[in-house]
Amino acid sequence: MRIGRERAMRFVFFTAALTSVLAVALICVFLFASGVPAMAEIGFLDFLLGTDWSPADAEPSFGILPMILGSLYITAGAVLLGVPIGILTAVFMARMCPKPLYRFLKPAVNLMAGIPSVIYGFFGMMVLVPLIYDTFGKTFRLPGGDSMLAASALLAIMILPTVISIAETNLRSVPQELYEGAVALGASHERAVFKVVLPAARSGVMAAVVLGIGRAIGETMAVKMVAGNQTVLRAPYEFLRGARTMTTNIVIEMGYVEQGSLHNGALIATGVVLFVFILLINSLFSVLNSGKERRGRKKPAAEGAVV
Amino acid sequence: MQEPKKSSGCRQSRFAPGEASCQGSKTGAERCVAARRCLRFETGFLSRKKPADWVRFALVWGAGLITAAVLLYLIVFILIKGIPHIKPSLFAVTDPDKISLFPPLVTTVVMVGLTLLIAVPFGVFTAIYMAEYAPRGGKPARAVRMTAETLSGIPSIVFGLFGYIFFAGVMGWGKSVMTGCFTLAIMSLPLIMRTTEESLKAIPDAFREGSFGLGAGRMRTVFRVILPSATPGIFAGVILAVGRIVGETAALIFTIGDVFKLPDGLFSAGRTLAMHVLKLSGQGFNRNEAYATAVVLLALVIGINALSSRVERRFLKKLM
Repeated sequence: MRIGRERAMRFVFFTAALTSVLAVALICVFLFASGVPAMAEIGFLDFLLGTDWSPADAEPSFGILPMILGSLYITAGAVLLGVPIGILTAVFMARMCPKPLYRFLKPAVNLMAGIPSVIYGFFGMMVLVPLIYDTFGKTFRLPGGDSMLAASALLAIMILPTVISIAETNLRSVPQELYEGAVALGASHERAVFKVVLPAARSGVMAAVVLGIGRAIGETMAVKMVAGNQTVLRAPYEFLRGARTMTTNIVIEMGYVEQGSLHNGALIATGVVLFVFILLINSLFSVLNSGKERRGRKKPAAEGAVV
Repeated sequence: MQEPKKSSGCRQSRFAPGEASCQGSKTGAERCVAARRCLRFETGFLSRKKPADWVRFALVWGAGLITAAVLLYLIVFILIKGIPHIKPSLFAVTDPDKISLFPPLVTTVVMVGLTLLIAVPFGVFTAIYMAEYAPRGGKPARAVRMTAETLSGIPSIVFGLFGYIFFAGVMGWGKSVMTGCFTLAIMSLPLIMRTTEESLKAIPDAFREGSFGLGAGRMRTVFRVILPSATPGIFAGVILAVGRIVGETAALIFTIGDVFKLPDGLFSAGRTLAMHVLKLSGQGFNRNEAYATAVVLLALVIGINALSSRVERRFLKKLM
């Protein structure tokens, strides 16, 4: 009786645990099943490398290259602006911050992660966009401040908490002996942190950056509110002009398309491409993370062998 | 008595000038104080020797300050612009102009409740399986961990697409509260799972051993010993998930529709508070109301976050 109950409960827990497996399986199956046929109908290369997105024309054309590039440019900009600040803030929090300040900064970073993306988007719309228009508008004769730069700057702010908290955890997990050894050899505190601790946490910090990239490429609403959303093929130096990302392409047009139409399928296919990007980024993240563990364990033995 | 010279004495080299400048003291106690002051100089922030160190110091402090300043600016900006426009009419039960935040607020509360009803049992049971039944991780446990990590990396727009295809389309629920809740439940599952698992792992093994030693089985141990002591930790994670649900927009826009009304059933469309902010901010003539609604949303999220970290801190303190 008791053993039976134990077994039953174990089975219940096990089944519950399988829901996440089931969820991922369902997401993959249904996303691919609804997106890939549309992709095939348009033609894979025409879809991925086509530069013209005009779904409402009599002769509709579905090329998402502008959106893929838009996503990549805006994400790259966000990484360029946000990652240095994020990593340095993580160093600050892990190694240099006075305790009273830390007690304020840590909850602040947690709060930043919790602020909804509409609020960030609204802030970007009311502050960053006018700022960019006032600064560059006249000189470059811009139609408005909605631009890739605005989106990148906003995303840079939004990925900060992700980058900071993961990088900080990894910086803290560097053995204290490394730091102490460096100081004992005469390095100053800053030198020890930058030349010994930071390199030792390298793969963890890289993992933080990769996760930040994942966040940036998947962000939707905030980007939609500041990026301008033109479906024009842009070059990287046109960062003061607007662009559309894969995520915003879906969210802008999904509202009014007819279910089952080719346009609908093309939007879901955009989601599939985005999903593939995310899966690649995620697997890069887990490779970096597991690499750190492996190296951490083997290091002493390997060093012994070399010496 | 000779005061230790701040710029020249201590900074030149590490020991000699410091000793020299501290020697003038008369009594041992005075000497001790002076020496300590000197030492504080040596290790404190005026003693940085090389320009490179100054640069590193400035970079790191600058980055920390930028981060804090950005957050403060954002919050203060929204509060200053929004608080003057919070009026009783904003909370009207019915509003033909579709500006009142009452219906979206009710919808948000309903959504949070229903989503948790679905996500918490699955999340907590999964965590129990992972922490108590398969702590070393066999093949199923590894699969669960991998898929949970995948889920937590998927952007919300993809969840929205999936909900639109599967719950609204295949299951035939249409754009409704039900569809929205299931979509959000899948989305918040990994967060609830991870935080629960962490709080289960924080329970010392002595608890389990004691329970087994008294003759309890695995199940009784879990329900009578482990879960009660882990409840505050789990609670903190759930509150965090509530914060995410309240702020979500991209996953909801094609799953619950974007209709301004009080939901009149599980299969009724609706609009949450975050979606309401989005809608109002898009209409230029309702800017002030958008700010005010954003203040309410922001206050809600800040409150939820503060509550979560408070509960978590208590939990960790109790375990010590």
